[in-house]
Amino acid sequence: MVAVRYKTAFTLYPYKKVPEQTGTPVRHPVVIVGGGPVGLTLALDLGKKGTPALVLDDHEGAGLGSKAICFAKRTLDIAHRLGAAQPMIDKGVIWNVGRVFHGDDRLFSFDLQPEAGHRNPAFINLQQPYFERFLMDEIRRVQSQGAPIETRGRNRVIGLKTHADFVTLDIDTPDGPYQIEADYLVACDGARSAMRDMMGLSFDGRMFEDNFLIADVRMTADFPTERWFWFEPPFKDSGQSALLHKQPDDIWRIDFQLGWDIDRDQELQEDRIRARVDAMLSSQTGEVPDYELVWTSIYTFQCRRMKEFRHGRVFFAGDSAHQVSPFGARGANSGVQDAENLAWKLDHVIKGLAGEPLLDSYSQERGHGADENILNSSRATDFMTPKTQASRLFRDAVLNLAGRHPFARPMVNSGRLSVPCTYQGLPLISADALDGPAATRPGAACVDAPVGNGFLLDLLGHDFVLLVLGGSTPPDMPELRLVHIPDPTPELAVRYLGGNSGAIYLIRPDQHIAGRWPGIDARTIRVALDRALGKD
Amino acid sequence: MALILTPNITDPDGFYDELLAAHEGLDKDQSDALTARLVLVLANHIGDRDLLRLALEAAK
Repeated sequence: MVAVRYKTAFTLYPYKKVPEQTGTPVRHPVVIVGGGPVGLTLALDLGKKGTPALVLDDHEGAGLGSKAICFAKRTLDIAHRLGAAQPMIDKGVIWNVGRVFHGDDRLFSFDLQPEAGHRNPAFINLQQPYFERFLMDEIRRVQSQGAPIETRGRNRVIGLKTHADFVTLDIDTPDGPYQIEADYLVACDGARSAMRDMMGLSFDGRMFEDNFLIADVRMTADFPTERWFWFEPPFKDSGQSALLHKQPDDIWRIDFQLGWDIDRDQELQEDRIRARVDAMLSSQTGEVPDYELVWTSIYTFQCRRMKEFRHGRVFFAGDSAHQVSPFGARGANSGVQDAENLAWKLDHVIKGLAGEPLLDSYSQERGHGADENILNSSRATDFMTPKTQASRLFRDAVLNLAGRHPFARPMVNSGRLSVPCTYQGLPLISADALDGPAATRPGAACVDAPVGNGFLLDLLGHDFVLLVLGGSTPPDMPELRLVHIPDPTPELAVRYLGGNSGAIYLIRPDQHIAGRWPGIDARTIRVALDRALGKD
Repeated sequence: MALILTPNITDPDGFYDELLAAHEGLDKDQSDALTARLVLVLANHIGDRDLLRLALEAAK
């Protein structure tokens, strides 16, 4: 039997018995454990490239509760490449303005509105179950066109055995257990990863002694679509900080930082939560609006990561590999980037276009991303919950000055919102040979820009691409797809040329920049391409 | 020259981190003393009496 661990918001992959549940174990090229945002992104990316992916999940769909709500531009760019972004944008709440309060004082506001000329906004708020559903809708669509993606709900992995070049999995189902084999296994099964436990791997880091109460409330209130964050909120029993943020369907995310010594069961009682929410909402409007409590939860958090994200034929992606505090929207967003980083590498190796070293680069690159996220997340947490007298003194000094003097505002930290990391200096990335803009240096994710009636990222697609801009001459390389833009738009020129009259960019399938040059011959590009494929 | 009151520190999060790290493990008196020494070091670097007077006002 497969026990139900949580309620689901949507059924996405209902259990259906398959013939291979009887007979000898069938070998699959890629098996993904966990059908959440990370597992579904990976399956969709692989399937669209024609590499078979089998997703196993012990439930039949997205877990109940809003969970991750902030999806960053980079995630939307990835979802757009995969064909799933439009419904996310249509459903999501687009927001740009954040406001910071200290007690009763309104300190300052910030605007995340990116420069013009990008297809996607800086952020949307969208409940995680919708994100998963829209990915699944696209999976269903491409399946109907023959993409080799399979999803099996209520298939719980209960045993895992690793071999030199494959993995055996024992799976439990409502019709009893069966066995399969996987050339590659990717564990996208969350922070409490059962795969990690089965392999006896450690997950080390730092625990923060704090409890946060989430209350999602449904109300038709007249608050603006902004992120409001309070240090030392003035309303009763609200703890050390509080957050108010809008989601689709008239739902508002409210967070209260309750501290460490609390009675969890008591704090989760409805009248207790309502007293807090009443105090917060009435402090803004003078009266308590009608609202419905949709979802409540108390969480603690930790910043930790696995030492290696690859263990032979087994990979870890998303929260199973690294965990951060929610401040900064670095959980689901970084997991989706893990999936994209791994997808093209597995695809290349399975198709025989690259060797095993390419797969090691997954752990290097995404481990670097995880470190950056953990650093930012730890700093935000330290600012929000000063642990020593000195850190409280400086924190309060910064808040005191920030209302009056702009210089202190960049030091106010209520979460540094997720931006993609750069792989510069890591083995697959060539040295920068162009005196160009920093935002598009080798290792960075391509920055969008208008091109004709569309956008640059649309032209890049899913493969290695040579982007030739301005006066540079395209090298003769029939094996590489060429995007030649002799007359770049002003935005494209500012973002990719800087002061140069022309430039050549080698861009990876995950739309990260592998190298850039003012002009270059085919031989040098082949060297950079080999390096980008781990053949160096 | 006017006192700079707009953001002027490269990597403010990194600076803040280092500032707090310098105080780690100190008791209150040691921590206050470190802050006092730091103010004097920075004041000497600025040097200009008018600027220092403006800074005092800004911090009050």
